[in-house]
Amino acid sequence: MRYLPHTEKDREKICADIGINNAQDLFHVIPEHIRKKAVLNLPPAKSELAVERYMQNIAKKNIAADDVSFFLGAGAYKHHIPASVDMIIQRSEFLTAYTPYQPEIAQGTLQYLFEFQTQCSRLMGMEMANASMYDGSTASAEAVLAAFRITRKNKAIISGNIHPQYRDVITNLCTVSGYKTQTLPPRFMNDEELLEVFDDDTAAIIVQNPDFFGHVNDFSTLAKIAHEKNALLIVCTTECVSLGLIKTPGEMGADIAVAEGQSIGNSLNFGGPYLGLYTTKKKYMRQTPGRLCGKTVDSDGKTSYVLTLTAREQHIRREKATSNICTNSGLCTLAFSAHMSLLGQKGLHTLARINHAKAQKMYKSLSQIPKVTIYNSTFFNEFTIQLPANAADIVDRLLEDNIIAGLPVSRLIPDNPECNNLLLVCATEMTTDNDIAFFANKLQNIL
Amino acid sequence: MTEYYFSEEHEYIRKENEVFYMGISNFAQEQLGDIVFVELPDVGSTFKKGETIATVESVKAASDVYAPCDCTVVSINTTLEEKPETVNENAETNGWFMCLTINDETQLKELMSQDTYTNFIQNVS
Amino acid sequence: MLTSSSNINDGKAYKTFSGDKGLQHEEELIFSIGDINKTGVDFEQEDTYDDTFLQGLERQQPINLPGLSEPEAVRHYVRLSLNNYAIDTGIFPLGSCTMKHNPRLNEKIARLKGFSDIHPLQPISTVQGALQIMHELTEWLCEITGMHSIALSPKAGAHGELCGIMAIKEALRVRGDKRNIMLVAESAHGTNPSTAVLSGFTVHSIKANAKGTVSLASVKEAINDDVAGIMLTNPNTCGLFEPEIIAIAEAIHDCGGYFYCDGANLNAILGKAKIADLGVDAMHINLHKTFSTPHGGGGPGAGPVVLSERLAPYAPLPRIVKNDDNTYTLHEHADNSHTQQAFGRITAFHGQMGMFVRTLSYMLSHGCDGLRQISEDAVLNANYLRVHLEKTFGLPFDNKNIMHELLLDDRCLENTGITTLDFAKSLIDEGFHPMTVYFPLVVNGAMLIEPTESETRQSLDKFIQVMLALVDSAQKGEVDRFLNAPLYAPRKRIDETTAARKPILTHE
Repeated sequence: MRYLPHTEKDREKICADIGINNAQDLFHVIPEHIRKKAVLNLPPAKSELAVERYMQNIAKKNIAADDVSFFLGAGAYKHHIPASVDMIIQRSEFLTAYTPYQPEIAQGTLQYLFEFQTQCSRLMGMEMANASMYDGSTASAEAVLAAFRITRKNKAIISGNIHPQYRDVITNLCTVSGYKTQTLPPRFMNDEELLEVFDDDTAAIIVQNPDFFGHVNDFSTLAKIAHEKNALLIVCTTECVSLGLIKTPGEMGADIAVAEGQSIGNSLNFGGPYLGLYTTKKKYMRQTPGRLCGKTVDSDGKTSYVLTLTAREQHIRREKATSNICTNSGLCTLAFSAHMSLLGQKGLHTLARINHAKAQKMYKSLSQIPKVTIYNSTFFNEFTIQLPANAADIVDRLLEDNIIAGLPVSRLIPDNPECNNLLLVCATEMTTDNDIAFFANKLQNIL
Repeated sequence: MTEYYFSEEHEYIRKENEVFYMGISNFAQEQLGDIVFVELPDVGSTFKKGETIATVESVKAASDVYAPCDCTVVSINTTLEEKPETVNENAETNGWFMCLTINDETQLKELMSQDTYTNFIQNVS
Repeated sequence: MLTSSSNINDGKAYKTFSGDKGLQHEEELIFSIGDINKTGVDFEQEDTYDDTFLQGLERQQPINLPGLSEPEAVRHYVRLSLNNYAIDTGIFPLGSCTMKHNPRLNEKIARLKGFSDIHPLQPISTVQGALQIMHELTEWLCEITGMHSIALSPKAGAHGELCGIMAIKEALRVRGDKRNIMLVAESAHGTNPSTAVLSGFTVHSIKANAKGTVSLASVKEAINDDVAGIMLTNPNTCGLFEPEIIAIAEAIHDCGGYFYCDGANLNAILGKAKIADLGVDAMHINLHKTFSTPHGGGGPGAGPVVLSERLAPYAPLPRIVKNDDNTYTLHEHADNSHTQQAFGRITAFHGQMGMFVRTLSYMLSHGCDGLRQISEDAVLNANYLRVHLEKTFGLPFDNKNIMHELLLDDRCLENTGITTLDFAKSLIDEGFHPMTVYFPLVVNGAMLIEPTESETRQSLDKFIQVMLALVDSAQKGEVDRFLNAPLYAPRKRIDETTAARKPILTHE
């Protein structure tokens, strides 16, 4: 077995030293009838070549985004990843390291986490960031739980324009923790309407920007309303490339801002692993979930980094911890951070502008199709269109032309007939002008 | 006139000129090691004896501090926000956590005097 | 016995002009290396756009992030990497963490575009291979554990715990039961009590007995009508198989509760015990431990939860169903018979696909015999360490039946003035990553050592020699070696107190 270094002779020597006949003797503490039943009805070992062939055959049954004209976003985005990013995350010393609990021999991981926290803070326009959550949806739920701890109130308001799966994750976690949630209808609400949704129990309102349907919003007024009611504004972002161009949560007055970080440095991976960004104001530092990396010195006075404020965390505070999270998204944060280091402000701004320009180009093409109505007045790189027929059916039809045309909104909101004809479409720097023309042409033909 | 009253959980109440200061004993801070943060309650909040009134964090531990008697928080020691090490340096003087009002001073009699506490911690260690 | 020069600073070292030392470079932050006007990513010519759709919604403040050219970025991260210890560097005996070799084949396969370049919301017909992977993974993990079904979506171990405890809570809710107490072993990982409280339960801690295990008597004593369940790790965090686990499970079931098993230590019992036969109702499996998906400096992980038949209806969404025609369906909503009792979602999308691919590849490579061999070798290695260390260190419990990890306490350091932490740091100087220290909480100055099956006998021998030599040195009073350790790491002892008193979390 290529991954197990012992020879039979090694095992014999080890058994002799232990004073046993064979390894079975070490398992006698497990009742015999349990051991007898533990036979694994599984295939025998395969060679590296055989495994590779087996897995390649399965991989071929999937259609890769790269092989079609691709217009799907809705919380996961296809962007280009520089080759050096994957090389960096495959460095043994990053890939096969553990959580940096021994900081003297983990400065590599700790320094990139410190850089990552700084990048996230600046990207979101916030004061501080943690060392990552699992993904955008769990980061959103954790943000709401933090708001309950901060305000000592027990109800959260969830915008109707938040990604439906994010809404479910937030609602579930709040409910199981004994808190209340109220979900608003999926539509624009003016200030007067929003003022009315707050009551004395409201700890926070969580909104998404750009929202699930692609609208770009300014939540500055909402921040003021929330603060007047002693509640927090939480802004969540599923497409963090947008922050290269649009107003940041910090500029709007958000108290906590979370995001899905996949767009920078991480592949689509069928939904995971991704990384959640969690940023907030310094005054809420001690209510932050998850790991935090801080700057300090060693006994020689050299600048060093270390996981800090760990007394918040489960391994120390146990049942009183701010979160149960332990393992987070280490290597995905490195991919994010390395890609962001390459981009810098200049690259990110350009990338964001290209995304917006591509989406505008797509807007212009699709808006010329007679039976298509565009739902958005604002957008970054995705928007929602109304089709004259069921969007899921149309997506299936376009698949025949090697087009993955976007997300039929009904896939995530199945119980609302108004959504049946809505299609959420996305363009990024990966989208070519030919893709857009081809898509518009085929869509027009179908309709 | 300064009097100290100690609990078995190593909190003290210091009565000084009719003001009640509360903190953790010198013995407690030694046990905790370098203190990095003290979480204090809101001024005006009231506690029953035995309820968690504050939390003390060292690098690798977080310990609850319990109200030694029924009390209301009148003020907190804001020095500790910037300088939590004050508790390590002067636990029973400058390192006080908060000032309290105590309605039922008879509860103090259930606590230990300085001498009794000194004996108590010798048995603990 | 190893010996070394008693003067470990033999005066030859001097400060370099550069501040660097041979292969070890001091590396600045990207904020010092990069430049606001530079970027390491080139783009095709920008398309033009107008401000119709962003009017007034543009970012006002600059992002203020420097860019690095590719050579600068690559050098930056390579230099940083050289300050890290990793499994690929040497033995990484962190107890309860299962730091085993990460086969590179799995990395190669996870990068096939058919796996890495597929979107979670693509039409189901275009991701049949992905669903097949998830289904095959389900079959393997259910066979290994003997359990009825699986929830794949949890993102890591603690998330899996949350999933399992939420399923228990939902099962109780459906039957109209308001039980609110969760029994948790004192030796449990911190995630157990934390998860239980997050899920709205009150934690009652169960103490370990003199043998380091949980006794049936202490569980029975704690059981009452409010007990919703128990969370136990098996083998436990002392490296011991819980001898009364079956009776404990029965007792919990008899009182109407559920048995959650923390699967962190599954590596010890592959092919040796199916946890279903122990009476477990839910257990997360850390794919990043037992099935070697890389730890990546703290993640990502994956924590699928296997469920008993009685908890199966309460698994979260989504669920995969294999149809009669060998196609797969993904149920994403609780609107059909398969899923009507699901409590909803615990994450967006479907879980850590990248980890599922690596895990399946790992299991295919080992096959049924290889999986059993993993556990045998892991347990052999731990016991090899035990027989060579127990005389010098002593065992904290009167119990030699250890499985895959060895728990020691600090009695051999008594009266030396050296703590477990100092001892651990001295291992760094010797070229090893330290073991887990001060966990579990049930013994003083705990040192928990898990060698895993990946280590050779030669590697274990060297580790043993160094451990013994260090104890000898400590007992001879050579305290400098310990109190100043590490001297040969990229950094000396790090000031964690200042870091926590005056937190600096971002570069200003």
